[in-house]
Amino acid sequence: MSKEIWELRLYIAGQTPKSVMALKNLTKYCREHLAGKYTIEIVDLLVNPRLAEGDQIFAIPTLVRKFPEPIRKIIGDLSNEEKVLVGLNIRPASVKKIHS
Amino acid sequence: MSQDKIKGLQKSKSGIDGLDEITGGGFPKGRPTLICGSAGCGKTLMGIQFLVRGIIDYNEPGVFMSFEESQKDLNQNVHSMGFDLNKMISQKKLRIDHIVIEKSEIEETGEYDLEGLFIRLNHAIDAIGAKRVVLDTIESLFGGLDNASILRSELRRLFQWLKAKGVTAIITGERGESSLTRQGLEEYVSDCVILLDFRVIDQIATRRLRIVKYRGSTHGTNEYPFLIDETGISVLPITSLKLEHKTSSEILSYGFDDLDKLFDKGGFFRGTSVLITGSAGTSKTTLSSYFALSSCRRNESTLYFSFEESPDQLVRNMMSVGINLKPFIKSKKLFIHSSRSSLQGLEMHLLVLHKLIKELKPRTVIIDPISSLVTVGNSSEVRAMLVRLMDILKVNLINALFTSLTHEKGNDYSDLTVDAVSSLADTWIRVSNDEMNNVRKRNLSIVKSRGMGHSNLVWEFTIDNKGIKIKKSA
Repeated sequence: MSKEIWELRLYIAGQTPKSVMALKNLTKYCREHLAGKYTIEIVDLLVNPRLAEGDQIFAIPTLVRKFPEPIRKIIGDLSNEEKVLVGLNIRPASVKKIHS
Repeated sequence: MSQDKIKGLQKSKSGIDGLDEITGGGFPKGRPTLICGSAGCGKTLMGIQFLVRGIIDYNEPGVFMSFEESQKDLNQNVHSMGFDLNKMISQKKLRIDHIVIEKSEIEETGEYDLEGLFIRLNHAIDAIGAKRVVLDTIESLFGGLDNASILRSELRRLFQWLKAKGVTAIITGERGESSLTRQGLEEYVSDCVILLDFRVIDQIATRRLRIVKYRGSTHGTNEYPFLIDETGISVLPITSLKLEHKTSSEILSYGFDDLDKLFDKGGFFRGTSVLITGSAGTSKTTLSSYFALSSCRRNESTLYFSFEESPDQLVRNMMSVGINLKPFIKSKKLFIHSSRSSLQGLEMHLLVLHKLIKELKPRTVIIDPISSLVTVGNSSEVRAMLVRLMDILKVNLINALFTSLTHEKGNDYSDLTVDAVSSLADTWIRVSNDEMNNVRKRNLSIVKSRGMGHSNLVWEFTIDNKGIKIKKSA
């Protein structure tokens, strides 16, 4: 359980306010709840448009949890912490264990 | 933008048989068109056909963005129509992007936009230089995402973006209960809206199409029937035809001298439509067969529509009066198409006829009897259909013969088909059986013959195994 690494991918399209906000929020949640247990890959679709098809991206920003499976997608600027944590499957209980 | 408008609206050929005639040239070029209709009415097919014909006929690459069916399914569905999507994809003429929205794996939080969709579409368009785009069915987004206000503003932006991109686009939408589409897409796509309809009347299904609006262009306003068959969608725009067909002064024979002689010029003009009316057993079919025979002897392709007899039966029965049609069927000069009139709707009969005319290019068409079609539709429909039919034949300078069954002792004019056809037909021959002194006599008279004088007597005639003989005036 403790060896699990959260593989996250954030799709953005340029440095829009929504994308910047999403990244800021995501980094904050990860530091708080997944310290040392996550990787964030940022994919800018303006640079790599062909990557949108693979993960079935249509909304921006979209956060994809590649691992742990199953794949989950969270779209929006991630402003609702509770929803993001549930979406990422970060349970408060396990979070405490990681910290201790 | 304003300069474009001054130039007038440019149009993009739809590639759908008949539709361009109704729209006066096709869909608005560089603008989105909305096609709406209930499930199973042919929206997706119309979109695919628009792309495929664009690629094949006009060398315009296309992008199909599917929100419902996968590429594999689409390819299978249209394969029967001879469209090989995979081949077009490998030739870089077509791109299919299947957008999968799995509601169960998506969470929404905060503000977002559909830039990802724009980027995918943009990438697909630029990759092959697409001129045509189909979005099928974009309203699925509303099923997958919760934030309807974001979706609405993004859709508005999408349609503006499509316009700015200069692609001719088709957007399909599911028919809503009180509006044309469930999400009111018609508010956003306001240049051209086409409504498809699939309706069953008296157990006979007919597909119809109507142009609800077409900004900046005149268009046909009627409901037009359309057909989906092995070649795709074809629309019948017949009522848009005008009375400006060419005429011929070539004289042709009715098939036997006795009848030809009753006309001043010894026959009929090429491209004439002839109506034969009479009650049961007055030898209308025999006269029709003479007509067919004469056409075949001129070595011209002939199409015989029989609504009462099968081809075999017709050939056998005509042998008994000395008319041998067999060799002409063998040499493919004569094609007999038999079907029950109630098998399909009026429009379908007309479409079948239309297609056969296109395919076989007959110089003569016989419909025996046209009155049996009356059983299929109501009077205004029948009349409209007959007008269309006559127009098709006239425009192509095809000799036409219609027979119509009238009721004994009834007045011809009270009869529906006679009423509908008589004013349209150029020549009208009436046959009857009259009983006199315990003998039934066959009589024939010419009611009218446009453009030439004709006998105004009632002629008695007999039929034996050598055929029809006109004896004398009764």
